[in-house]
Amino acid sequence: MGKETGSLQRRGFWRNAQSLWQGMALTFRHMLQARRRRAPLDIADPNYFAHQTGLVTLKYPYETLPVPENGRYRLHNEIDDCIVCDLCAKICPVDCITIESVKATEDIGETSDGTKKRLFAPMFDIDLAKCCYCGLCTTVCPTDCLTMTKVYDFPEVDIKNMIYHFTDLSPEQAEEKKRLWADQQEAVAKAKAEALKAGQQKKP
Amino acid sequence: MLALPFVIFLILGVVVIIFYAERKLSAFIQDRLGPTEAGPYGTLQFAADILKLLQKEDIVPAAADKWLFKLAPLVIFAAVLAGFAVVPLTPTLIPSGTSLGLFFLLAIVSLDVVGLLMAGWGSNNKYALLGAMRSVAQIVSYEIPAGLAILSVVIISQSLDLQEISFQQGLHLRQFPGYGQETNYLFGLKAWGVDVTQVGGFLTWNILRMPLLSIGFVIYFIASLAECNRAPFDIPEAESELVAGFHVEYSGFRFAALFLAEYAMMLLVSLVAVVLFLGSWNTPFPNLGPVRLADWTTGALGSWSGHLWAFFWLVGKALVLMTVQVWLRWTYPRLRVDQLMHLCWKLLTPAALVLVLLAAVWRLFMI
Repeated sequence: MGKETGSLQRRGFWRNAQSLWQGMALTFRHMLQARRRRAPLDIADPNYFAHQTGLVTLKYPYETLPVPENGRYRLHNEIDDCIVCDLCAKICPVDCITIESVKATEDIGETSDGTKKRLFAPMFDIDLAKCCYCGLCTTVCPTDCLTMTKVYDFPEVDIKNMIYHFTDLSPEQAEEKKRLWADQQEAVAKAKAEALKAGQQKKP
Repeated sequence: MLALPFVIFLILGVVVIIFYAERKLSAFIQDRLGPTEAGPYGTLQFAADILKLLQKEDIVPAAADKWLFKLAPLVIFAAVLAGFAVVPLTPTLIPSGTSLGLFFLLAIVSLDVVGLLMAGWGSNNKYALLGAMRSVAQIVSYEIPAGLAILSVVIISQSLDLQEISFQQGLHLRQFPGYGQETNYLFGLKAWGVDVTQVGGFLTWNILRMPLLSIGFVIYFIASLAECNRAPFDIPEAESELVAGFHVEYSGFRFAALFLAEYAMMLLVSLVAVVLFLGSWNTPFPNLGPVRLADWTTGALGSWSGHLWAFFWLVGKALVLMTVQVWLRWTYPRLRVDQLMHLCWKLLTPAALVLVLLAAVWRLFMI
């Protein structure tokens, strides 16, 4: 206390009064400048940094700053291009991607970059409530089907709605694909067993 | 009896205005928008807040001293409300026109301290108790410079009656009983002989009837900020150090009552400052030759226009002072306890003592 009081006294009464007045003048200027407001400008706009005085708050739901085209917010999976390789689920640091896969009985087409698709995805869920927007999944994705979009405003009342289901199979279809694969495996096993039997019968 | 509902209406109305103004001004000072959603420009935000406070659960901590805890908001608000009893609203409307008005006011408003201590002690919470202790130390200390500044006004006006002090500061001077021969001289200097009795306006306000009272006004204003726990003297409820100070355990309507008392106290100290220093319900415009600004903005004693003009000037000046309080709050940082005491005891109190002496000399030789 002693030291500060000393400096207070050394600075003198008028200096203090002056600095108090400067503080009042500063806040008063801000009050007057409240007539001006910042406009919702794009960051690319040349006037973006020109706004130096006045209110800086935006009335958010009504006014928003435009997001650049390459903004990286909500994940989107283009399921037609997905080869269900599971790399995204493995690299995800917060485990927000859940994938199930069912092998197909035949080739089921190609992705847009020409990779063959051999797996169905009965479940491809992304829990965006957990997602930390690190973007690792989009970098490992071999077919670039997983991207981050510029949509950043997607609140939900029920947190369950934050789980996004990207599969294009209905549960019935998924069951059917599973059954088809099982049937095919069974048929192959049967054929193998019969071939083995036939071979054994020939030998002796 | 007319005055009581009038005073309550006045308090609530002004509290609503200043509550809204405080939010908007603080927002503008910080380059924000403030409330915008409830009503046009957020004007109904206060109603939303009151509804929210009313429907909140009334929580009394299990370990609290229940009687003290429940009674404290009542004591605090009653003390502040009682202070309004002697404040003149217009030349002929005053809730209680006692000749000891100012004395009563200082005494009854001091009860506020008891309520604060009850709240802090009754909460059985160390932060609440610390806040209450700080509050009591601060208010008791600052009553001294405030009281001395008021005393210098009393010396000049030779009266404790707030209505009498009001009459002395304007055109109606000679209409007060027993004042038929009184005269207001410019700056209170009888030797100069400039008679401003019929000029009125700000020339007959106390800060110009005895120019040194403008220093008294500054001292009183600073001390009154501390009396109503306003920043920069808000250490009793220093949010960053004490959670919320003495009212940390209060919820719902009890909290609302404490809050209302704080704003009512702001209004009361502003009204007292206006009555004592800034011409009370008298117009600020002087009569200049044929331009009878003061006459036009005063109205006859006891008439409707007289009531309305007087009320307008009184509340208008008080609102200006309250706006300054808000402005100060959002400009200056909170004082530390030792800085607070340093300001009170080493600066304001000696200055106020000198002022009392000068006022007495002035009264003897000038007026």
